[in-house]
Amino acid sequence: MQAETALGRVGLWFLIMLAALAAAVGAADSGFAAHATIIALVAFVMIWMSASRFDPVGKAQGFFQMPEGPSRYDDDPIRWGVIATMFWGLAGLLAGVFIASQLAFPWLNIEPYLNFGRLRPLHTSAVIFAFGGNALLATSFYVVQRTCRTQLAFPGLARFVFWGYQLFIVLAATGYLLGVTQSKEYAEPEWYVDLWLTIVWVAYFVVFVGTLAKRKEPHIYVANWFYLAFIITIAMLHIVNNLAVPVSFLGAKSYNAFAGVQDALTQWWYGHNAVGFFLTAGFLAMMYYFVPKQAERPVYSYRLSIIHFWSLIFLYIWAGPHHLHYTALPDWAQTLGMVFSIMLWMPSWGGMINGLMTLNGAWDKVRTDPIIRMMVMALAFYGMSTFEGPMLSIKSVNSLSHYTDWTIGHVHSGALGWNGMITFACMYFLVPRLWKRQRMYSLRMINWHFWLAALGIVFYAASMWVAGIQQGLMWREYGPDGYLVWSFADSVAAMFPMYVMRTVGGLMYLGGAIIMTYNIWMTLAGKLREEKPLRDAAYDPQADRPIVNQPSAVPAE
Amino acid sequence: MTDPVVDETVKGHKRLERNITLLAIGTFVTVVIGGLVQITPLFYLENTIEEVEGVRPYTPLEQAGRDIYIREGCYVCHSQMIRPFRDEVERYGHYSLAAESMYDHPFQWGSKRTGPDLARVGGRYSDEWHVQHLTDPQSVVPESVMPQYGFLKETPLAIGDPKATMTALMRVGVPYSKDDLENAEADMLAQADPDADPGDLAARYPKAQIRDFDGNPDKLTEMDALIAYLQMLGTLVDFDSAAPLEELAEEKGR
Repeated sequence: MQAETALGRVGLWFLIMLAALAAAVGAADSGFAAHATIIALVAFVMIWMSASRFDPVGKAQGFFQMPEGPSRYDDDPIRWGVIATMFWGLAGLLAGVFIASQLAFPWLNIEPYLNFGRLRPLHTSAVIFAFGGNALLATSFYVVQRTCRTQLAFPGLARFVFWGYQLFIVLAATGYLLGVTQSKEYAEPEWYVDLWLTIVWVAYFVVFVGTLAKRKEPHIYVANWFYLAFIITIAMLHIVNNLAVPVSFLGAKSYNAFAGVQDALTQWWYGHNAVGFFLTAGFLAMMYYFVPKQAERPVYSYRLSIIHFWSLIFLYIWAGPHHLHYTALPDWAQTLGMVFSIMLWMPSWGGMINGLMTLNGAWDKVRTDPIIRMMVMALAFYGMSTFEGPMLSIKSVNSLSHYTDWTIGHVHSGALGWNGMITFACMYFLVPRLWKRQRMYSLRMINWHFWLAALGIVFYAASMWVAGIQQGLMWREYGPDGYLVWSFADSVAAMFPMYVMRTVGGLMYLGGAIIMTYNIWMTLAGKLREEKPLRDAAYDPQADRPIVNQPSAVPAE
Repeated sequence: MTDPVVDETVKGHKRLERNITLLAIGTFVTVVIGGLVQITPLFYLENTIEEVEGVRPYTPLEQAGRDIYIREGCYVCHSQMIRPFRDEVERYGHYSLAAESMYDHPFQWGSKRTGPDLARVGGRYSDEWHVQHLTDPQSVVPESVMPQYGFLKETPLAIGDPKATMTALMRVGVPYSKDDLENAEADMLAQADPDADPGDLAARYPKAQIRDFDGNPDKLTEMDALIAYLQMLGTLVDFDSAAPLEELAEEKGR
């Protein structure tokens, strides 16, 4: 279809949809409103149908040197996902370095739009939902096709999921700068953005499950269990935690359905499981596909993966109250949260062990293959932070660490070490395969990225440990005279050197990501750097294709 | 799954691995349990829904200030939840009760103290101090790393439709009266205007502080609203009087 025709058609339907929506909003009676809504829905479907017949991003694909012609798997949304992951990753890390600098040098705050209070949610959402979310979207579409040996179900809808998700990110991010927030950590977007994400998420579920349903392998691979758990649970958490009543349907402001203690526990039930299912289950799914692939070894233990999958998703949901120790939340709920958090240590390490032991017989590759090295480092940090987490959830430890920078350090050893490193490794795996290149432009640069990132995390985590413990101790220190020794301002002043060191760590981590961007850019351009070779996993394009004919039913194994 | 060979050999967990519906339902049931067990009781248990004398819904102006507090992301660095430790009680005041945030949609307990706790900041500093501090924090606390919020003093408070705000809050369970609703806009204007007649504002909202907050009585600004909110934080419950202490003594599970 011609660009003009397609755009015209989409525009026409869009106008109809807008008009119908306006009618629905301004309707005096519910019957009329219902009819207008139906028309808007039809218009929406028509937009989707017109758009799916014409690819308005074709030119941009040329710009990013995406391979032309039909591919065996539906890799187009995945290529976009890789680019989006890198873009939002840089944006999120840059925002992080900036707000870290603001804490050391407060004159960097530019009121009102670039004050710390508005930028901090921008940083967290950009790295978790934009960088992490795009990595999850891209890898899940890649993995589900390969492990099911089939193409994506509903390719048009898959594109809607990708672009719809980008719209969600843009709405959320601009909202924070403009002060549109409901103040629930990691769930800051307002009601209409939440509704939009719900639509996108349901579409994501449909595409993912649809692809699983038309699989050519009898067996659903373990990575897909984790992706499925991630998609289902995030839907549940998102909907319940964001229940709210808008002040006006033509305004951004809304008030949450719950208040006080009920709202607090709902929020941290959500907040902790955004970590548990977005940043853990989803990323474990990535681990379960890409680590065996890069190591060229099968997953260590099938039984362990079953046990730790079910115990992980069962236990995680209970751990939320450890964010509310010693608050007005009832004691029994706090204790329950603590006990389950400690139990959670075991299934978490089950995942780490399964990943690390996959390298059985291939440990030499840690020395020779920079991508494997990144994966091993990611798993090591996953193990480290899933030990630190249960420790911090013990009430007596938490009485010191809560409200301090220790929590920030803990989050970042998980986010930078586990989520960041495994994502980088997966991107390095994906780019040459998706763009049909022989290898990354430079494997040596991956090595540089690895060491910069690793050193950056050490700076970050170490300074935040010191900062957090020092804060906790200063706040509670009594002198021999029976008075508190330090004013709060003293504890703020004492943080300065640690905040500077943390910024340096963040800069190093960002530096690694910039090297990666350059490396990927050159790979897309089809260049190969001349350098002393390093090991990389072999790639057989002939084997990387869907199964066309239905195989006769065979017993598993 | 109708193939007899498959039926015979595929047992136990392998059935789940071959059936997307079973796997999805199994996953959903597994992840739903924890939340149900932990969250549902909070809507019924005595010590999470009990009322404490003095706690009341926010006045329209305080609510507007609270909306600004949320908009600016103050919760990112300031908690509003004092834990029952000697040092915290000494530093910030009586530990926080569940009932004190019962009208907080959403709660503002926070998770990080880059700055001090604000649960009982009300009445601790003068209005002038707050204006000065919000405009240039380092001028009163040299060690502070807080951003500047001088623009609040210049920005007129967008009054909008306070009645709609209150209606939305009533829909989520805040017990405003019919009078409160009728007088929403008048209440908002009167609370920060020393020359206006506040009517029965103080009777409907006990302990409401009625005065100009930002040092500029001619203009109702966002600074007025924010300081009105800050100055009432933690002031509603009288912890020195006998009744609440008695109730606290009977409290279980803390």
